Amino acid sequence: MTEHAIIMRDVNKFYGAYHALVDVDLTVERGERIVICGPSGSGKSTLIRTINQLETIHSGTINVDGVELTAGGDNVAKVRQDVGMVFQSFNLFPHMTVLENCILAPMKTRKTPRAEAEQTARHYLERVKIPEQADKYPAQLSGGQQQRVAIARALCMKPRIMLFDEPTSALDPEMVKEVLDTMIDLAREGMTMLCVTHEMDFARAVADRVIFMDKGMIVEQGAPDVFFNNPQNERLKNFLGQIA
Amino acid sequence: MIREFSSADVLFIMSAARWTLILSAIAFLGGAIGGLSIALARTSHGKWLRRIAAWFIQVFQGTPLLMQLFLVYFGLAVVGLPINPLLAAAVALTLHASAYLGEIWRGAIEAVPSGQTEAATALALSYPDRMRHVVLPQALRIATAPTVGFLVQLIKGTSLASIIGFTELTRAGQIVNNATFKPFLVFGTVAAIYFILCWPLSLLARHMETRMRRAITR
Repeated sequence: MTEHAIIMRDVNKFYGAYHALVDVDLTVERGERIVICGPSGSGKSTLIRTINQLETIHSGTINVDGVELTAGGDNVAKVRQDVGMVFQSFNLFPHMTVLENCILAPMKTRKTPRAEAEQTARHYLERVKIPEQADKYPAQLSGGQQQRVAIARALCMKPRIMLFDEPTSALDPEMVKEVLDTMIDLAREGMTMLCVTHEMDFARAVADRVIFMDKGMIVEQGAPDVFFNNPQNERLKNFLGQIA
Repeated sequence: MIREFSSADVLFIMSAARWTLILSAIAFLGGAIGGLSIALARTSHGKWLRRIAAWFIQVFQGTPLLMQLFLVYFGLAVVGLPINPLLAAAVALTLHASAYLGEIWRGAIEAVPSGQTEAATALALSYPDRMRHVVLPQALRIATAPTVGFLVQLIKGTSLASIIGFTELTRAGQIVNNATFKPFLVFGTVAAIYFILCWPLSLLARHMETRMRRAITR
């Protein structure tokens, strides 16, 4: 066991000629809650998507929970088992019930027996406060409920790190709170979290560190009170001015 | 000697329809296996796999089915295998169906939103599990109507096997017509049997298409 959850060193990523991540260095402690913000196209989604290798990188190293992602072998598969991800567009499997969505990966990847997987699934559905929806299909649920199912589905793999990629951006305003509350609960229980979000109230409430990205670079980072009350970088000041 | 068109002839034609169905079934099943392989190759990350599959589709979609039939039929003879019209027709139609089903299913796989694959990948599901449990079940729903539509084309396409001497529905019609010289009656009967085989499938395809459209707009 290393003491760091994630160590990224000199990570570079290109889309063709476009330099999406520029020499990114980032160390995340266990149990640390990080909020990443920045203008669109700044590389924040790309950054967290490299952690479970939904995006490959062109140079640099990423170490997740002591496993070197870039070392090949089945390291990527190993890391993905321990890293949960929640997407902006939920990405629930529409042809499966809520419960089936939750038990698929534990049964296939972790070889958990069905009964145990279902028990775990019901436990997490309870935690995200929708146990009664277990046998419904995703299309029968509201956006907020779907996103909470997506969180439960990720938790069923018992991950040590959770990645959130703009989890509330596709939601109607009245549903944002129920998803944020779920995330706050998770944060209070000590989950290591990286959240790409524009919800600055969430950042103030739970983040240990807020990171501002622009043009593929980490431009400024700090504890929320310093970050919001005393920003140094001009672009960050600009950005905070726009979203406030 | 020209004889009358009798009920025995109708029976002969109808029993030959059995071979049309058998040939269609073999080609469809073979084409389903081949088509799935082609579709998976076309959507894979392997550059060469994608290229070979694309080339296969282009060759078989870009040449007449009759030429494919001739090539297999006479090709078998050249490599020393006995000339067997059923085998030749089955092989040629299977290759033909593989190319078309491969292309239909490639489209269906690509129509499944990429977020589905991403979510499955993020959940550490392996490629076979992602395909089997997440992508293919959704692609299947999209592909069902065009697949049934293609099956209708395939059944009608088996009539070309008559040219290499395989006695299926069309060839049976030719044989009867040669003896009775009642082309309107004979080929009318043959066409009616094709219609009876294909029409319900066309209806089914249309029904599934409207249901599909409703499911999408829901």
